[in-house]
Formats: sequence, structure tokens, C-alpha cells
Amino acid sequence: MSNYSADMIPKKRLLSLQLDAAKFERASDAEKEQHDVMRESTTFFKDGMRKLFKNPLAVISLVVLLLIIVTIVIAPMIVPYKYSEMITINGKRDRSAKNLPPFTYSQMELKAIEEGQEIFPHIFGTDELSRDYFIRVVYGARVSLSVGFFASLIVLIIGLLFGSIAGYAGGKVDLVLMRIVDVIYSLPDTLMVILLSVVLDQVLGQSLQGTVLASLGTNMISLFVVFGLLYWVGMARLVRGQILSIKTNEYVLAARAMGAKSGRIIRKHILPNCMSVIIISTALQIPSAIFTESFLSFIGLGVQAPMPSLGSLANASRQALQAYPYKLVFPALGICLIVLSFNLLGDGLRDAFDPKLRR
Amino acid sequence: MSNHPLVDVRHLKQYFTVKSDMLTKLQLKAVDDVSFTINQGETLGLVGESGCGKTTVGRTLLRLYKPTAGEVYFDGNLITDDNINHYRKDMQIVFQDPYSSLNPRMTMADIVGEPLDIHGLYKTKAERRDKIAELVQLVGLNSDHMRRYAHEFSGGQRQRIGIARALAVNPRFIVCDEPVSALDVSIQAQIINTFEELQAKLGIAYLFIAHDLLVVQHMSQRIAVMYLGKIVEIGPADEIIEHPVHPYTQSLISAIPLPDPNAARKRHRIILQGDVPSPLHMPEGCPFRSRCRYATEECAKVCPTLEEVSSGHQVACYHPQG
Repeated sequence: MSNYSADMIPKKRLLSLQLDAAKFERASDAEKEQHDVMRESTTFFKDGMRKLFKNPLAVISLVVLLLIIVTIVIAPMIVPYKYSEMITINGKRDRSAKNLPPFTYSQMELKAIEEGQEIFPHIFGTDELSRDYFIRVVYGARVSLSVGFFASLIVLIIGLLFGSIAGYAGGKVDLVLMRIVDVIYSLPDTLMVILLSVVLDQVLGQSLQGTVLASLGTNMISLFVVFGLLYWVGMARLVRGQILSIKTNEYVLAARAMGAKSGRIIRKHILPNCMSVIIISTALQIPSAIFTESFLSFIGLGVQAPMPSLGSLANASRQALQAYPYKLVFPALGICLIVLSFNLLGDGLRDAFDPKLRR
Repeated sequence: MSNHPLVDVRHLKQYFTVKSDMLTKLQLKAVDDVSFTINQGETLGLVGESGCGKTTVGRTLLRLYKPTAGEVYFDGNLITDDNINHYRKDMQIVFQDPYSSLNPRMTMADIVGEPLDIHGLYKTKAERRDKIAELVQLVGLNSDHMRRYAHEFSGGQRQRIGIARALAVNPRFIVCDEPVSALDVSIQAQIINTFEELQAKLGIAYLFIAHDLLVVQHMSQRIAVMYLGKIVEIGPADEIIEHPVHPYTQSLISAIPLPDPNAARKRHRIILQGDVPSPLHMPEGCPFRSRCRYATEECAKVCPTLEEVSSGHQVACYHPQG
């Protein structure tokens, strides 16, 4: 076969598994070199982040969330009004500044401006008690976000501890712990949230007086407790399931064969492998907590007046909805943006980190 | 040199409790009264079909499962729950599946270095790094890849990482739990050669679990054949392959594919009838009798024990053939 060429090989039959040699060509030196170039080593986390930043929806929602957080941190430093403060001019209460539309001034304020005073504009107008509405919405977003964040943190801590004990111990311990979870899971949660926040409000009110927590308001604390008591069960189930499946991997057995203690196995082998699922579900827990908080505030069980929350602002605007519709728009827009961004970010995180959805 | 074997397994039993329905609990006799010894630097091959308890023997031996009954002596000392951590440095295991046996969140350096961390086998970071590099090179991997994650290696490379991890504590005995069956044939040969080189260099004893008889014959000095949790035949490797005595071993040997098709055609294949009985409902007497063509009433009464047929060659059968 001195003058060998691909044409001499019989043509491939339709159903034959034989490779069609005519379709191949020799690799050039440049192509061979390409195979030698080693891919850069990446970690699971870096790889996930890279995928996350390729997802436009996730990036946009991350940017929106960052903007909201920056606003609620910085705005109270720039805007000279307080959320509970009625507008005053030269120490006199400005009664004409009620229910102003956005970016307008009251008569007293216009007079003061003419006299050469600088008055900060009311970006969202004012409310029926002549308080600056912008700062109230900002504080409302602060409350909503912190409730969402801390409630998820409480859920995470309780769920993680409970779930990992049940999953790692297994057997009877698992059986007992999971039946407790089932009982809590079977309670109608909206009803429980309402009942608990009413009861806790009264019980906690007295015991909190004079402590640091009192400054947060009993309603806020009772919200955290309600979330902590009710919503950890989903997290506990998730963590237990993850640990049960990771526990059976041979690398856990290998660690035991090396003589690793249980603590080390949980810390080094089990938790790092279920961390991504836990982070994702925490990110998705935040909007649900914000939503529940808004709902509770809307029906009057949330944070205490004069402290605003997005839900209670929306509720307050209901009474004069036809006259001042913008008062509903701002807090409602705030809730929508925050909840939507967290949901989209959570979805993006799941797509980027869930090993089952990879590639 | 002491005259006791390195590993001495006596009457090891491992029963698992299985719930068949809400009320009744059944016992699965995964390993039922298994005894064998392994000498310093020796390889004992353990063969048998899927589900016969090979893997359980290896894991129970290392106390990864708590044995139901029986003793394991290492270097003449009885291993108990209290002193097992001391012996973890002497007895190691290489797993079957190179994919699930390495933690995907750890780099090669951390995987190989973990036993060093657990047993505190280094004083400085530099010493740790040098030891890991040495181990990695010993098993034929590139020490430039230390910071890579497990998923960045091929199956054969992953298995080498598993071997390096087992070697990190300088063990004298390694349980090789089907270390090559998840790999393709050319990689199998490389890994087997690695095992043999390490044995020649470091004098490690192996319990080599596999279901490929030719691999086992190549690796081992002695072979034990298991059927339904019991050892049915044990003896020198060549003798087991060339003169099998137990009917089950004979059928196993006759199933080895021969490279020469003419020889394969002439050979008499022993094809077993029926299926393996469920280990939950073991037949009385000899576990193999339901599929054995030589079975008599005697086999149904009492399970035969291992009897010596020639020097070092024992078989558990009332009707040894050949």
C-alpha cells in the first residue's frame, strides 16, 4: 500500500458502524500543540461564579439589589429628614406640607426658599402627617430587607443544625427529629404566623423592656421568632436529604478508613459538598420572608408605627388611593423589585451551582 | 521475623438487618464465618460473583462496618473498637469507584495530604508539601498538578490519587476493593503494574478483591473464592486456576474468556442452572447445592467446612471434583 489514499477505502455503508476515513484529515502541528495547552485549574466556586456572571438576569438583579442596598444605607445620611419627623420650617410645624406630590414644595417652604434657605426636595412627596415619603420608603425597605435577611439567617442556622444532626446520626434520632419536622410542616403556616405574632407581641413586649432588643421593637423581634419557629423545617429537610446522599459517597468511607473523626468528616467532606444547595435555598428564602413580612405589615401585624415597612406603607396608602395613587406605587415597586431580584438571583445561583443542572 | 501472619481473620461474620415489611426483620448474611490469613508482603486474591460479600469482607476487616462476630488480628494483636485508630495507619483501603471515592471539593494535594493531617505526620508546611509530592510521584502522577481538583483528572489518574492517599500513612496492608474494575483495559494494566511495583518496593500485603480471574491470578500468590458470604475454596493461585476442585470454582474458571477461539470452542463450558439464591433466604446446608450438579442429600443437611485437599489448598465441598 505505497500510494495509499483515503479514496481507496470502500465507502461507508449507511448502517455500518465503520468510520468513514474520508471524513478525517491529518492534524496540523498547530492543532496538536493546542491539545498540549492545559486548561487553567478552576475551583467549583470560581466555575459557578463564572456561570452566574454569564446569566444576564442574575447580573441585572444583583446590580438592582446592590443599588437598593447602597440607597438605603446612604440615603438617610444625605436626606435631612427623619422617618418619624414632621416637616418644620424655622422650628414651626409646616401644616401646609401634607400629601405633597413628588418634587413639590409647600407654601411655607416656598417662602423660606425665597428668603434664601436651602430646602431638600421631597423626592416622593410627603404623607398625610407631612412626613417626607422618600425617607419613609427607604426605611421601609431597610426594615423589609433586614427582616428578610435575619429571618433567613435564623432559618439557616436552625435548619442546618437540625438537618445535619438528623442526617448524620440517622436511625432512631433521624426518625424522631423528622417526625417533629413533619408536625410543624403540617401546620397551616399563614394562620400560625398570624396567631404567633399576636401572642408573641404581648409576651415579648414585657420581657424585652430595657434591653438592647427593645429598640428594634417587639414586632420586629416577634417576626424573627415566627420565621425562626416555622420556616426552618424546609431547610432542615433539605439539609438532611443532602447529607443522607453525601454520606454514602466512598470518600466519606475513605475518610473513616483514614481515622477521621465525625466532626472532621462533617466539616471537611459533608458540609462543603452541600453548601451550594444551602446557599441557593437561603437566597430563595429571603424574598419569601420579605413577602410574608409585607403581608403581615399590610394586615397590621408587622412592625410598630411610626417605624415604616413597605407593607404598612402600602396599607396606609390604601385609604387615599384615588387621590394619591403614587403613595401605593412607591412601596409596591420597592417590594416588587426586591422580591423579583432575589428570586432571579436565587434562580441564577441554582443554575450556576446545582451540579445536576450543569452543562 | 515473627511466625504469625500479618493479617489473621477468624470466623468473621457480618449480618445486616433488613426490613422486608413493616413487622418482619430478616438477616442478610453478607459474610458468614470467613477465615483467612495474609502474610507480610503477600497478595491474597478474593473472587466471587456480584453480591457475594467480597467488598463487605474488606470493609468489615477494616472495621468500617462493625462485625457481627469474629476477630481480626493484625501482626498478632486483636483489633478492637478501642485500638482501631492506632491500626488505621497500618491498614488502608483503595476503593472501586475512582469517581465517588475522591471529594470533589478538595485538591489533589489535600486529598493525598488528609491522612497526614489526621495522624499529624509532619511538622512544617514544607514537610507536608514534600511528602505529598513524593507520594504523588511514587504512584506515577505529575506533582505539578497538586492544586487541581479531582474532576480534572481521568479515571486512571483518579485511581492513582486514591492509591497515593492509601500510601500516605505508610501502611503494611492495603485492601484493594476492585481497584481496576471501573477502568478500561489499558489503564487496568497500568494500575496493576503500579500495585506490583509498590509491593516490590515497599513490601505491602494486599487483599485484592476483583471479579476478573485473570487479573487476580496475575496479582496474587493465593486465591480465595467466595460464594454467598462463604469461602468455598482457597489455595495457591496457579493451583486454583489450573486444578479447581469446588464445582463453583470450576464453573467460574470455565467462564474465563480464552484468547484463542479454537481452544475456546473445544473447551467444555460449565453453565450453572438457576440463579443465585437470595442471601435473605439461604438454603439449608451448602449454599451452592441448589445450582450444583453433584449435590446429594448430604449437602442439604450440614454446610461443609473447609478441608485440605493438598498442601495449602482447602475446599468446602462433600464432593470435591478432580
